Amino acid sequence: MTAKISYSDVEVGTELPAQTFPVTRATLVQYAGASGDFNPIHWNEKFAKEVGLPDVIAHGMFTMAEAIRVVTDWAGDPGAIVEYGVRFTKPVVVPNDDQGPRSRSPARSRPSSTTTRSAWT
Amino acid sequence: MALDQSFVGRTYPPTAPYEVGREKIREFAEAVGDANPAYTDAEAAKELGHPDVIAPPTFVFSITFKAAGQVVQDPQLGLDYSRVVHGDQKFAYRRPVRAGDRLTVTSTIEAIKSLAGNDILDIRGEVHDEAGEHVVTAWTKLVARAAEEA
Repeated sequence: MTAKISYSDVEVGTELPAQTFPVTRATLVQYAGASGDFNPIHWNEKFAKEVGLPDVIAHGMFTMAEAIRVVTDWAGDPGAIVEYGVRFTKPVVVPNDDQGPRSRSPARSRPSSTTTRSAWT
Repeated sequence: MALDQSFVGRTYPPTAPYEVGREKIREFAEAVGDANPAYTDAEAAKELGHPDVIAPPTFVFSITFKAAGQVVQDPQLGLDYSRVVHGDQKFAYRRPVRAGDRLTVTSTIEAIKSLAGNDILDIRGEVHDEAGEHVVTAWTKLVARAAEEA
């Protein structure tokens, strides 16, 4: 495993470059197909509202997949990740428009808390 | 109704092997919009020291969650899945999942708690390859919301 960042370049407190990840209904349909998670709360507005949600929400695992990119894009080698955990605290609501919300995933503010450890050379 | 505590520690039989395909990895990487070449280009993956293309870190959840279905749908446990939300998710990797892996999952109920009428279920999925080597462990916390809002 060879991360492109070397151990000597990193200090405690280093803040990774923040990124913004767009998510629309089309994104969720594509993720449903790729992941096999076809729960209708992620694509059927009527169903989502019937179960008490404000609208269709993103898959938590979609958000988790985006959040780790802050680390993998920076490290270079996704195989350097040795541990990754999140807590889902607030759903990402995705309205039926071309904009959607923005899942922003900087090191500090985000809809879920994340912890990551990576292996370094 | 609170879940039966006697299920804590119960381990379910390993799943049939899931074969990780290159095109499935590509499809997943495209769905999450991740253009890292380690997911699609075997040469790029080899330059990083991997024998073949690797899967994004959360790819394996599709496999472990399907395996957790054994627990979630166990009629004896009696979890009300229509009220379940995903609380926490964690992975610890021995190595990345890669194309050609044939993976089995062994699910264990780690904890059952009841909090303010919510049932909280912790499931651990141990993922092994065809040689029996450990690849990754997935911890999934599911919360079944109380049937009646207090």
